[in-house]
Amino acid sequence: MMDFLLNEFLVTGDPLIYGAMVSIVLVSIAIVFVLTYFRKWGYLWREWLTTVDHKKIGIMYIIAAIAMLFRGGVDAMLMRAQLTLPNTEFLNSQHYNEIFTTHGTIMIIFMAMPFLIGLMNFVVPLQIGARDVAFPFLNAVSFWSFAFGAMLFNLSFVIGGSPDAGWTNYAPLAGPNLNPGPAINYYLLGLQISGIGTLATGINFMVTILKMRAPGMTLMRMPIFTWSSLITSFIITFAFPILTVALALMTIDRIFGSQFFTLTGEGMPMMWANLFWLWGHPEVYIVILPAFGIFSEVISTFARKQLFGYKAMVWSMLLIAGLSFLVWVHHFFTMGAGAGVNSLFSVTTMLISVPTGVKIFNWLGTMYKGKIRFDTPMLWSLGFIPCFVIGGVTGVMLAMAAADYQYHNTYFLVAHFHNVLIAGTVFGCFAGLTFWYPKMFGHKMNEKLGKISFWFFVIGFNVCFLPMYFLGFMGMPRRTYAIEPEWMPLNVVSTVGAVLMAIGFIVFVYNIYYSFRYSEREKTGDTWDGRALEWATTTPVPFYNFATVPEITGPEAFWKMKQEGGTTYDKDNLEPIHMPSDSGVPFIMSAFMFVAGFGLVWEWMVVAIAGLIGILACMVVRSFDYDHGFHVSVEEIKETEEKAREGEK
Amino acid sequence: MKNKWGKYSFLLAAAFLLILTAGCSGMPVLDPKGPVGESQKNLIVFSIVLMLIIVLTVMVVLTYMLVKFRERPGRGDKDYDPEHEGNTKLEIIWTVIPLIIVTALSIPTVITIYQLEEPPQSSSDKEPLVVHATSADWKWFFSYPEQNIETVNYLHIPTDRAIEFKLSSADSMGSFWVPALGGQKYTMANMRTTLYLQADEAGTYKGRNSNFTGTAFAEQTFDVHAESTEEFQSWVEETQQSAPPLSQDRYDELLAPGLLQEMEFSSTHLQYVDHGKMGSGDYLINRHQDKFEDLPALEGGEDVAND
Repeated sequence: MMDFLLNEFLVTGDPLIYGAMVSIVLVSIAIVFVLTYFRKWGYLWREWLTTVDHKKIGIMYIIAAIAMLFRGGVDAMLMRAQLTLPNTEFLNSQHYNEIFTTHGTIMIIFMAMPFLIGLMNFVVPLQIGARDVAFPFLNAVSFWSFAFGAMLFNLSFVIGGSPDAGWTNYAPLAGPNLNPGPAINYYLLGLQISGIGTLATGINFMVTILKMRAPGMTLMRMPIFTWSSLITSFIITFAFPILTVALALMTIDRIFGSQFFTLTGEGMPMMWANLFWLWGHPEVYIVILPAFGIFSEVISTFARKQLFGYKAMVWSMLLIAGLSFLVWVHHFFTMGAGAGVNSLFSVTTMLISVPTGVKIFNWLGTMYKGKIRFDTPMLWSLGFIPCFVIGGVTGVMLAMAAADYQYHNTYFLVAHFHNVLIAGTVFGCFAGLTFWYPKMFGHKMNEKLGKISFWFFVIGFNVCFLPMYFLGFMGMPRRTYAIEPEWMPLNVVSTVGAVLMAIGFIVFVYNIYYSFRYSEREKTGDTWDGRALEWATTTPVPFYNFATVPEITGPEAFWKMKQEGGTTYDKDNLEPIHMPSDSGVPFIMSAFMFVAGFGLVWEWMVVAIAGLIGILACMVVRSFDYDHGFHVSVEEIKETEEKAREGEK
Repeated sequence: MKNKWGKYSFLLAAAFLLILTAGCSGMPVLDPKGPVGESQKNLIVFSIVLMLIIVLTVMVVLTYMLVKFRERPGRGDKDYDPEHEGNTKLEIIWTVIPLIIVTALSIPTVITIYQLEEPPQSSSDKEPLVVHATSADWKWFFSYPEQNIETVNYLHIPTDRAIEFKLSSADSMGSFWVPALGGQKYTMANMRTTLYLQADEAGTYKGRNSNFTGTAFAEQTFDVHAESTEEFQSWVEETQQSAPPLSQDRYDELLAPGLLQEMEFSSTHLQYVDHGKMGSGDYLINRHQDKFEDLPALEGGEDVAND
């Protein structure tokens, strides 16, 4: 038993990991102590763990995403430390492989997506004049299954060893023959559990946006961020089932000995690559389209103008979404599928640049004849444009299959996708968070600190990734744990850039604390002279969002309300509001998913079955749950609104 | 104020150029030694030029917007039009121009894709030399069926003659890449892919597996010695005479996951197993499955093959 614990169960022998174990234990003790000392267990359970309020769920998503950004960022810094100089003995090859795998997986699945889904959760119902999402209970299941999936994945670090086959987890390298042990199982089950949540989110927001808009808000009157969320939800709903199936098949391969993707028998390892990217390419647009939506909102607000070419913006997003399902082969042009196939996918991939280019020029057009203010959210959006264009044009270069044979698997590719994912998604998340921050927490983030973190991050980002294009031309392959001496100068530059980015991130996080302590509290709900309906609510937003839902007569609902008069608190027409009840079932059910997942990771079938029974029991409990929510009385609404609107007078 | 910024940006540009020239010295992709790499380089340079035009256009327009339309003291509402919401003519222009650019890039791309599926034109008077390149964790086997010799982790090729690489893998998926000669292609178990390369200049070029294959991936490299036909011929004869034959036991032993030094043999492994055929994936697993339970890690970029 001891032997198993020390040799297989716990990861031993590495000072970095001992350090991590000690800090995990210390932080856990500290959290338990603080919660107990301040008697906050009940508060935590009532207000957060059982909540079905889309705003609180959104905030929890964002907090989790920032924590994951920290973890993924530490991975990145460790990688840069190892790659700065040749012959570095900081990380051995196995450890390096685990770190780049967790870096990629965490950043995409547990950072980028939850960050954007968190913003969607908070903002979309407010933008369409709804009081919650269509399925609030399911929304809580989504969040908790994501949280427990992320926890399971992160656990691999100290228990059993982290996955080490890259975030793409290609077969046969990740199959049962070449990679026995629990590590890859963590990847498969962590993603599977959180993937269930994501799929549910896709369905939830699709229905919410299609069915719960305020009266008069036609599709073409929706705010552009809502449009981007709707299209994203469609992509999620169509793409995620592919991942679910692929993960399930490989799990069966590894745990029950089937031969779908195996090296042996008649397994087809290349089918994994196809299925993975059939999901994986749309996934890229799942994390970029909401960011596009954020930039559109921010640029229009701070240029103080209507969005230029609203219709073209919507249509180009629809086109991008459609094309995103038709380009997956460009991730493996070098597989030798033949000239015809490669030519076709080269052209479809390049075509994506057309609607994307239209969007870039429309953002520029939005600034034309505007009156541009340079607050922090706008800085992130302006930084996005040139940085993303560099990522975009190198994407077109990669799309040219014949040339891709030279770029593939090199640092040219690494530079490209960081250029689009950081400049697009991460800048978008930061822009969105600083933009909607006052609506979430009742105060702005400090402008000065915001600008410092922006400049550190943006300059660091370019210093870090531009040299990598040249490293690609020099023949440096991605995922190598050691560099050749001739690659050293550019790698040193790149590491300097990474340090600048880390400083930018630290300042950003410090800004959250600083603003909480010192920022002036918001007096009105309309911090930035906004244009969409979320700014029509008071700050903080009451749990029912809108006392009365306004009639929408055109695009930019709130802008119009400000000109023509109109309110979300029509005193004479108040009616009791129907709201959903909180529930602990989503949390408990997801905890059982975690138990089942952990059992499957270690192939302990008793634990796995116990977990599955728990999940089923939760479903039964939910099925016989006749609680249809409660009504907020007119008196309570009046009281809440009068108090919230004191500042406006 | 303006001057200060000018000075800074000048310093920045100078530093950037310095780094660039320091880095540019060894870029095999942009300094190819054969027709395949050459056609790819031409495509790359062509696209870089077009792309730089796009990047510059966006930067210029962005700068213009920010300078002209920023809120500044004394501007008031001059040139401010909050109702301005689009311009169909402009939107058509910036849809059509990218379409033209995409077309301009697609045509040479498709032509080159088709060309690369055939041996290079410049040596069409000679039959290509067939070399089987097989990757295994973490080494390369090069089999010359016509010459009946096999090498490990290095190979010799004649210049000015197309080489037809028949690629496959004994285990994980690798990618055969010699940047100085041209682009890569995957090596996969149970199947075969073909890649044509050619060297026009004699020299030693670095080759590697570029597709991640696990713990010793970084050292899964090989050297390509390109030399004149006569020199190549004499190397072949010498290997045929002085190298030992490759027995099946020896081959099985070499297949075990790990790093190998350079070796040569006067027969090939193709007589025992063809990794390019369906069902051959079991060959290595039947012999070495247990060794994947506990793989060693490398440290500090050690180059075991050359120790």
